[in-house]
Amino acid sequence: MAERTYIQAISDGLREEMRRDGRVVVLGQDVGVYGGAFKVTNGFQEEFGPWRVLDTPLSETAIVGGATGAALMGLRPVAEMQFADFISCAWDHLVTVAAKQFFRGGTPVPIVVRLPSGGGFSGGPFHSQNPESSFAHIPGLKIVCPATPEDAKGLLATSIEDPNPVLYFEHKHLYRRIKAEVPDERYTTPFGQARVHRPGDDAIVVTWGAMVHTASEAADELQKDGHEIEVLDLRTLIPWDKERVLEGVRRTSKVLVLHEDTRTGGFGGEIAATIAEEAFEDLDAPVMRIAAPDTPVPFSPPLEKAFIPQVDDVVKGLRQLVEY
Amino acid sequence: MPGLPKKLVGAVARVRATHLGTGDRCMAVREAEPAGSLQEVKEAGLDREDLLAIYRHLLITRGIEERGHILYKQGKIPGSFYTGRGNEGAAVGVGTAMGPNDVGTPLHRDMGVHVVRGVEPWRIFAQYMGREGGPTRGRDGNVHMAVPELGLHPMVSHLPAMLPVATGMALAFRIRGEKRVALGWFGEGSAARGDAHESMNLAGVRRLPIVYVCDNNQWAYSTPTYLGYPIEHVADRAAAYGFEGVVVDGTDVLAVYREAKRAIEKARAGGGPTLIECLTLRMEGHAVHDDAFYVPKDMFEQWAEQDPIERYRAWLRGQADMTDEEEDEITSAVKRILNDALERADASPLPDPAGLEKGVFASQEDLDTPHHK
Repeated sequence: MAERTYIQAISDGLREEMRRDGRVVVLGQDVGVYGGAFKVTNGFQEEFGPWRVLDTPLSETAIVGGATGAALMGLRPVAEMQFADFISCAWDHLVTVAAKQFFRGGTPVPIVVRLPSGGGFSGGPFHSQNPESSFAHIPGLKIVCPATPEDAKGLLATSIEDPNPVLYFEHKHLYRRIKAEVPDERYTTPFGQARVHRPGDDAIVVTWGAMVHTASEAADELQKDGHEIEVLDLRTLIPWDKERVLEGVRRTSKVLVLHEDTRTGGFGGEIAATIAEEAFEDLDAPVMRIAAPDTPVPFSPPLEKAFIPQVDDVVKGLRQLVEY
Repeated sequence: MPGLPKKLVGAVARVRATHLGTGDRCMAVREAEPAGSLQEVKEAGLDREDLLAIYRHLLITRGIEERGHILYKQGKIPGSFYTGRGNEGAAVGVGTAMGPNDVGTPLHRDMGVHVVRGVEPWRIFAQYMGREGGPTRGRDGNVHMAVPELGLHPMVSHLPAMLPVATGMALAFRIRGEKRVALGWFGEGSAARGDAHESMNLAGVRRLPIVYVCDNNQWAYSTPTYLGYPIEHVADRAAAYGFEGVVVDGTDVLAVYREAKRAIEKARAGGGPTLIECLTLRMEGHAVHDDAFYVPKDMFEQWAEQDPIERYRAWLRGQADMTDEEEDEITSAVKRILNDALERADASPLPDPAGLEKGVFASQEDLDTPHHK
C-alpha cells in the first residue's frame, strides 16, 4: 500500500495495464510528448514508444472512431478526450458505431474513453461538464465514475478488460485533492457494485464521483446532531447497483439522490423513478434530489459555486430529510 | 515570391522522422486509363478463371438486388430497400483486389464486395427479410450488414462514419506491423462531412495502410455533385492529405481492379494511403420509394450505354474469347444459386422477441473470435 492521489492512481493503473497487455494502446491529443494535458500519461511515450502512445491530430471523431476500428482488429485502445466536454465532437462514433456494433454485427468493441470531467476551478462552460447521463441513455455503453484513488485504479483495469465501450469519467476536482492508500498490486474493481463510503441508518445519500466527498462532509455535520447518514458511492452508472440502493432505502426510509450534473434528465431521475416504482411503501419522506441547476456551467467563482452542489446545500437537504 | 520558411528543423524534424518515417508525399490527382487487352489484365494479376469469376460475381450482385426488389414488392421486406445498380463494377473490382486478410467497411451500393468476399447469398436475403439467418440476425436491416469472418464490418447510416473505423483498423495493422490493408468506402455526398477529413488527415499523417474508395454516383439522394463539392474530383482532396488521388471509370471493372490492386499493394508495402474515386451513375433512386425525377433523362440514357456488366461481358467475349457455353454455364449457375438462396432464406425463422435484450453487451467469450486475434 502507498498513498496516492486520484490522478496518480489513474496513471499507475494505466501504466500497469500497458505493461501486462501489449494490446493496450493510448491515443489522444497531447498524450505523448507532453504526457497529457493533466499528465496522466507522463513518461508513457518514453516507456512504450510512439506507436503505443499516439499523439493524434485535433480530431475527436478520428480518435474515437479510430479506437473503434483498432478494437475491432484486436487492440485495446484507451482514448483520451482532453476534456470530457469534447466528447460531443465524437458523439456519433460512440453512440452510432461503438455502442451498436456488437448488437448489430456481433463484434465486441473493447474501447475505453477517458473523460476528465467536472467543475470546481472556473473551467467555464466547456471544461467543466458532467455529461454522463447523456451516455447512460445509450444502450451498449458502460459508464464508470470513480470517486477514490483505489477505485480509480481498480475500475480502470476493469474498464480495459471489459469487452464493451466504457466511458471512464475521471473527476478533475479529485485529481490532486483526494489522496488515499492504494494497493500496490494489480486488482480489478467490479462494475455494478456500489460501495459504502460511510455507514449510517438514518438516511442514505446515493451519489458518485466528486459528490461522494461533498456528501461525506455534509454527513460529518449531521453527525454532530446525532444523525448517522449512509453515503453510497455507485461507482458505475451503467450498470448501476439497483439492489444495493433499494436495500439502503428500505433500511433508512429516507433518500437523497445527489449529482453534480444538471437536474433535468440527470441520472438521478432514473434512480428516483426506480425507488418510486420499487420501494414506495418503504419511504418515510419523498425522494429528494440535489443537483446542479439547468444552466451551462458558469465561469465566475460565485456563479460556479451557486451551480455546483456545495456541502452546505447537502447539509440543508439532509436536515430537511431527517426531520421530515 | 520568396520561399516559405522550412517548417521542420533540427530536433523536430528528427522526431518526425523517428515516429512517422520519411518519404515523398504524392500531390497529384491522376485520371486512370481504361482497361486494355487480355495481356495487360494478366499482367495486373488476373488469369482467365479470375476473369470469369468476376463475371459471375457481377451477375450475382445484380441478381441479389433484382430478386430483393421483387421480394420488396411482394411485401416480404420490411422497411425500405436500396440497391447499387450501376456500381456493381466498382464494388466487384475493389473487392477482387483485396487480399485474404484485408478488411473493409463497404456501403449500401457495394453489394459486390460482400459477394466477392464470399458471403452466402441466402444470408443477404435473410438480412433483407429481417430473419435470424441474416448477418445481423434481424437486429438491423437492408445492406447494414457484413460477415466479420470475411473481413467486412457492417456500415451505419451516418455516412461516412465508417471511415474513421476503417482508419483505426489500418492503425492497428501499422501498430502491429502487419502486412494488411484496410478499405474504407464513402460516397461523394458524405465526402462533405468532417469524418472524411479527420480520417484522411490522420491516415496521411501516419501513412497508414488504407485505401479510401469514393463511390461517386453523382447523386447524394437528390443533391448533385456541384452542390456537394466545389472541385473537379473528390479525389483532388487527396493532395491535401499528402497522398495520391486517382479517378477511375467505375463502370470499368478491370480498370477499377487495376487501380485498387495497385493502391492496396502500395499500402501493404508501406507506401501509405490512396484515395480512389470510382465515377458511376446511380441508376435508380436513392431507395425504392424514390423515382429519381430530378436526374436528367439523358444522363440515365448516356450511362445506360456503359452498363458495367454489359460492358464487361462484351470485353470478355471480345478480348478473352468467352464462349456461349461458358456464358450459359455461368448464367444458369447464378440462377441456381439465387433460387436456392431465396428458398433457404425463406426457411430462416424470424427472430424470437424473447431474445431482444440479449446481445446489447458483449461478454468475455464474445471476444474469442478470429477478428479479435
